[in-house]
Amino acid sequence: MLRWIIIAVVAAILIFVPTQLKPYGIFLISNWVIFCVVAMGLNLTIGYAGQISLAQAGFMGIGAYTSAILMTRFGMDFWHTLPAAAGLSFLLGVIVGYPALRVQHHYLAFVTLGFNILVYLVFRNEDWLTGGAFGIFDIPRPSVFGYATNDPLAFYYLCLAFFVVMFSLAWWIVRSPWGRAFAALRENPIRAASLGVDIRAYTLLAFATGSTFAGLAGAFYASLLEFIDPYPFSFEYSLSFLLMVISGGSGTLVGPMIGAALVLLMPEWLRFAKDYYLMIYAVFVMVLMAFCPSGVVGIWERLTMFMRHKRMTAAAAAAEEQSK
Amino acid sequence: MSAPLLEVSGLSKSFGNIHAVSGIDLQVNKGEVLGLIGPNGSGKSTLFNCILGQLRPDSGEVRFKGEAVTGLNPTALNRKGIGRTFQLLQVFPSLSVRDNLIVAGQEHRSTLVGRLFLPPDAGQTERCNELLDLFNLTRLAEEPAGALSYGQQKLLDIAMAFTASPELVLLDEPAGGVNPTMLGGVEKLLRRLNEEMGATFVVIEHNMSFVMGLSHRVTVLAQGQTLATGSPEEIRANPAVIEAYLGD
Repeated sequence: MLRWIIIAVVAAILIFVPTQLKPYGIFLISNWVIFCVVAMGLNLTIGYAGQISLAQAGFMGIGAYTSAILMTRFGMDFWHTLPAAAGLSFLLGVIVGYPALRVQHHYLAFVTLGFNILVYLVFRNEDWLTGGAFGIFDIPRPSVFGYATNDPLAFYYLCLAFFVVMFSLAWWIVRSPWGRAFAALRENPIRAASLGVDIRAYTLLAFATGSTFAGLAGAFYASLLEFIDPYPFSFEYSLSFLLMVISGGSGTLVGPMIGAALVLLMPEWLRFAKDYYLMIYAVFVMVLMAFCPSGVVGIWERLTMFMRHKRMTAAAAAAEEQSK
Repeated sequence: MSAPLLEVSGLSKSFGNIHAVSGIDLQVNKGEVLGLIGPNGSGKSTLFNCILGQLRPDSGEVRFKGEAVTGLNPTALNRKGIGRTFQLLQVFPSLSVRDNLIVAGQEHRSTLVGRLFLPPDAGQTERCNELLDLFNLTRLAEEPAGALSYGQQKLLDIAMAFTASPELVLLDEPAGGVNPTMLGGVEKLLRRLNEEMGATFVVIEHNMSFVMGLSHRVTVLAQGQTLATGSPEEIRANPAVIEAYLGD
């Protein structure tokens, strides 16, 4: 029951609060919704399947540039660019997943980091295709059943609908046998293989699904900004996405959303502290990670466990009192 | 006479200058329990790992139901009908007991893509309930496996090897670390699986009363070679085995 109340309240906030926001606020919340999808994808790769990846921003960039190039150079409609953005991200996700079949942990982190740097260099240096450091301008926003989404609020609702679809997809994957196989891969790949779990296929799938989420989100990101340059797809942003997953609570569906809010929105909320806002933010992240490595969701879980324990202790004491 | 379920011939595996397993021949017939004993370092686990695709043998052949399966990976061997447990506990600690059993059977259902569209239990609930009941784990079904006691995890570990109804199960020290009270229960359970459900086992074990009581035949390894094969009574009376392993 409590879960449904929370869902209803969050849905009401996401639907009605933006109507009261100024354009910058709507831009921020649209950005948050898109970054949630990127972080959800990374969470499938890291949190559920246990495969470290530092290339999520690169995959987002691949989706963003694919969509932007197809729209601005070839005049394609936004919706027709989505399969290309998803397909290319999926394919490159499979390719980046191959090293994970040989190396793990920090070695794998460096392989994926190398991929992100490579992708960034292509975006920056291949002017003929990507516009180089100047990027791509005048990226159009899509129409939905003939209605333009040029208005910030209209585009926000489109992003929200996209988020709902992707969240449902992540939920579907996690509760399906794939989700359980991902967890088995994360916890004990040798045992998983001995039970018939094709760890090779699931490792590649973990990367490919995670990168597809990022690629699709990238296409929306390009339309949100109506301009892209290489910087948001650099390694630095991949670290931010990793922080979103870890600080929110990896291996949980809502964790990446909370993490995305912390990483994207919290610095904005702290602007009242002027020059100190980034320092306060940095200290907050350090304290959170030091005292609650399972993220904000971990705090909630600890709290509910504490409350349950307290209730059970009180019930046991009452029963003892009654029996006297 | 039908072909053996598992046939190992001339299997060898070395690590540098150490010959862990040298020219081992082994046969396991359907419905049989074969005990595999020997001192530490005699090559039992290496033999298991070569049969089960964890290690690639240097030479020799493994045949399952008459088909050569040498060098196939563990996933492929499991799908052909060979289950196993490991010497050390190998459950998925954050998954519930039920989910541990489901994951042990789900990969035998549908295709990789098809499994995405299966119901969350992958159609395994009935089979899981049977095993939970058989292994006396029903009341713990929704608990995380990592929260169980060592003995309960050991039972779960064995149950997982049976979820997909394999034709052959290789058990590496199923009695290891299990307290004496529970040990009798494990032995009874395995005997029941063999006698009532026709399960075929190869069991590595150091607990002599356990393995001798359970096995139809016993093979003794020493220094990577077969020292003797025979019924438990023959093995107990074999002077070479007594000298190398059993003692007085």
